[in-house]
Amino acid sequence: MAPASRIKEHWREQQLFNSRILVTVFLLLMLAMLVIVRLAQLQVLSYDYYSAASSGNQIRAEPIPPIRGLLLDRNGKVLAENKPSYQLEITPERVPDMQDTLDQLVAARILAAEDLGELRELLASRRSFETLVIAEHLSDEELAAFAVRRPHFPGLEVRARLGRSYPWGEAAAHVLGYVGSLSADDKRELDPVEYAGTTHVGKSAAERSFESELHGTSGHEDVVVNAHGRKMRVLKRVRPLPGQDVILTIDLDAQLAASSALVGRRGAVVAIDPDTGEVLAFTSTPGYDPNAISAGLSRRAYLALQEDIDRPLFNRALRGQYPPGSTIKPIVGLAGLHFGVITPQKRVYCGGAYSLPGSSHRYRDWKPEGHGSVGLYESIEQSCDVYFYGLARELGIERMGGFMREFGLGASTGIDMEGEQSGVVPSAAWKKKAFKRREAQVWFPGETVIAGIGQGYMLTTPLQLAHAAATIAARGKRFKPHLLKGARDPATGTIEYQAPKPLPAVDEQDALHWDAIIEGMHGVMQGPRGTARAVGSRAAFAIAGKSGTAQVFSVAQGQKYKASEVDERRRDHALFIAFAPLDAPRIAVAVVIENGESGSKVAAPIALDVINAYLKPAPAT
Amino acid sequence: MSNPLLNISTESRSRVEQNLLARVLRALHLDGPLLIGILGVLLFSLLALYSAEGQQIRELLDQVVRMLLAFAALLFMAQINPVWLRRGAPFIYALGLLLLILVLATGEIGKGAQRWLDIGIRFQPSEIMKLGVPLLLCWLLHERALPPSPGVVAMVIILTFLPAGMIAVQPDLGTAILIVLSGAVVIFLAGLGWRYIVAATALAAAAMPALWMVMHDYQRKRVLTLLDPESDPLGAGYHIIQSKIAIGSGGVFGKGWLNGTQGQLEFLPERHTDFIFAVIGEEFGLFGALFLLAIYLFIVGRGLYIAANAPDTFSRLLAGTLSTTFFFYVFVNTAMVMGLIPVVGVPLPLVSAGGTSMVTLMACFGILMSIHTHRKLVAR
Repeated sequence: MAPASRIKEHWREQQLFNSRILVTVFLLLMLAMLVIVRLAQLQVLSYDYYSAASSGNQIRAEPIPPIRGLLLDRNGKVLAENKPSYQLEITPERVPDMQDTLDQLVAARILAAEDLGELRELLASRRSFETLVIAEHLSDEELAAFAVRRPHFPGLEVRARLGRSYPWGEAAAHVLGYVGSLSADDKRELDPVEYAGTTHVGKSAAERSFESELHGTSGHEDVVVNAHGRKMRVLKRVRPLPGQDVILTIDLDAQLAASSALVGRRGAVVAIDPDTGEVLAFTSTPGYDPNAISAGLSRRAYLALQEDIDRPLFNRALRGQYPPGSTIKPIVGLAGLHFGVITPQKRVYCGGAYSLPGSSHRYRDWKPEGHGSVGLYESIEQSCDVYFYGLARELGIERMGGFMREFGLGASTGIDMEGEQSGVVPSAAWKKKAFKRREAQVWFPGETVIAGIGQGYMLTTPLQLAHAAATIAARGKRFKPHLLKGARDPATGTIEYQAPKPLPAVDEQDALHWDAIIEGMHGVMQGPRGTARAVGSRAAFAIAGKSGTAQVFSVAQGQKYKASEVDERRRDHALFIAFAPLDAPRIAVAVVIENGESGSKVAAPIALDVINAYLKPAPAT
Repeated sequence: MSNPLLNISTESRSRVEQNLLARVLRALHLDGPLLIGILGVLLFSLLALYSAEGQQIRELLDQVVRMLLAFAALLFMAQINPVWLRRGAPFIYALGLLLLILVLATGEIGKGAQRWLDIGIRFQPSEIMKLGVPLLLCWLLHERALPPSPGVVAMVIILTFLPAGMIAVQPDLGTAILIVLSGAVVIFLAGLGWRYIVAATALAAAAMPALWMVMHDYQRKRVLTLLDPESDPLGAGYHIIQSKIAIGSGGVFGKGWLNGTQGQLEFLPERHTDFIFAVIGEEFGLFGALFLLAIYLFIVGRGLYIAANAPDTFSRLLAGTLSTTFFFYVFVNTAMVMGLIPVVGVPLPLVSAGGTSMVTLMACFGILMSIHTHRKLVAR
């Protein structure tokens, strides 16, 4: 049956069509049922699941960083504060012509032409509604330049941000430290929730030590966001709690006196209140500008700081280790009294040199012609080396070293600042550990002799020296040196003070023994032949001190040390410890001047300046 | 004092108006029930679009303009006697095929796909084929005895797959599939023997692996993410996950108009076009979705009624095919949005924003109305 010969049977075709329509209706209803069942499955059976998924989609908590607490000195003077700094922000989607805008910013000298490439890359990597900082720390000139062109810059915004500011700059840099952007390490250590919105964290010294007090508590905003993360509206705002103001034990006047006295020198000054262990001044020079570091240094500028031969980033007060030199003599003298090796009255003849029995090696006195007959008082006052050479030999390194350790030497003081060095108080056991070669491990009697005048292996930090001076001033009572005096709640103003933490006292009960060495130290400053009497005579109060000189390199036997012939950086370090007033000491100071040559001439005046600044005596008439 | 001449009772006035309305509809060759259904869906569309487009009245007005344009197309098609349509069918098909070739040669690239032709207004030739293929097939089958002979079936297959293949390589798999489906509907309604249907279904199933081979990467990805959308929650699976969340979180009564967070907060991609059904499900809930589905079924039902009452084979097949494919559009879109079938990029008929598909659909409804209102003028 060919198609052409087939006759259309209209009625049958209609019937066929109608039956197919019925089948179609049935099929369509099946499909409709499928849709209905799926709808019911999603909207009725799984409603709870999808409802939860939907609310999780839209609400996001955005952190609000708290305002960092202030750093104050013991009298409430501001040492570190938060100051607005201005930054230029761009919202790309609101900028009609990015190229033109960037060109104009370069023309206005707000952006540097060479930064444009990097900036474009950054812009390309962000979403168009995300705000991006394109210039930080705008100067007044840049602000003005932007302000007059403002109408030409849609999508650009100047925003004030709180940046850390240190009004005293370098003068307090090493005690306050600085803040910096959170590093990957910081992020591992810090609570990610608390620091979610925080950009800067304390990096060193007080800023780091008291980070938890200063930081405060983050607030947050519950914002409704869309799928692109764009903020649509704010649902709830939990205000951040500002950080506590940290009151340091530092006395700004003493601190400034110390740092101005150290200008142009490499050295450190630490002053401590003997009654509490409070650190009154803490300086290391050269310093750095904490404002610049906190604002963010360029890599090159930071490298320059790091590679500076004077090591401005090095905290000498905390980490610098120097032989104490003669400043150790009062403690050696006290050890002699304590162990009954000497009495205050015992006299020794000083002929300018000391030799061990059976040895021809001459341990020279700093005064080649000798001091003649000296007792304990004179040997401290005039810093007779021969007296202490003999005393050290009689004490022996173990007894002498043990007694020094009671003053906190050779161990960390435990100050509330990270990175403290412990110094060295040598002993036979120490030497065995410190040296690898067997023949170097032997303790020689001569090493005990020079330890008596603070030379040889012995090392102390300026902080340890100040602590030791404070311990002498307090006649053996010891307190852990600390910088934290209290924390002030910025909302209520209530201050929570930190109680002094006593340390084990020096085991020496005899007041006469203390009197003897303190009298000697008084003689140094104000005795008829005291090494620092030129400085002590200027003091308006009774004062005790002890000078010291630490060899940077040893002078060969028979040679004479001549400062003028020695390269500046190989000259002796100058040291000085002091405390005042004599009868009721309120401040103990240690000064170390690298390559300063003379403790009594260079370091002693600095110590007096700091003491004067703290005690504020009536001007001498 | 009342004038008795002006004292017409309310009842009779309403009857006059009713008659007036009926007269207007008849004069314009419009079908009342179908029109009511269409207007219902369009109204629903405006509500949903206003919400999905972020309450932008401008965008909404654009859509209203497109609706008016589409309505003009309906009005125009309704005036054309199906006889003329039948005679014009081969030319429409040929024009569509020509334009498809043109698109493949010069077409503009939109969203990585080559399917637009810029002739003053941007225009998708594949839309013409949605109508062109059924027209041609119905024209082909009109003169022939039904059920169709194997030779005719072969011709139908060729004439269907030629444009469908060209559309598939654009690539617009969704439209291609719908065109093949419309061809299948024509031949099914024409009375193709069940043996053929079973054989074709088996063949289609066997051809699946071959289809997989020719699919573009993004198309394969869509199929794979359908099976496990969670495997790629921020990539290809994102559409499905977000639209399922939108619909599911709507619950029975919905979150309320303009309160759908998924849509309002832009979690839903393409929420005013292909994924508008998710906005409806979210804001109007199960009730709203079922209501829309009911109107769709009403429209399809009316269309099939028109088909059953059509005077000749051409009209019958055409009306049945257009109505059935219309429902397929609804099904493909809703099933895709609910994660039942892969994302193929088919808009929700009459609801999704966009002009071309609406103009085509409304033209189809114009044809349906024409078939219904011209039936007495056609010789039996």
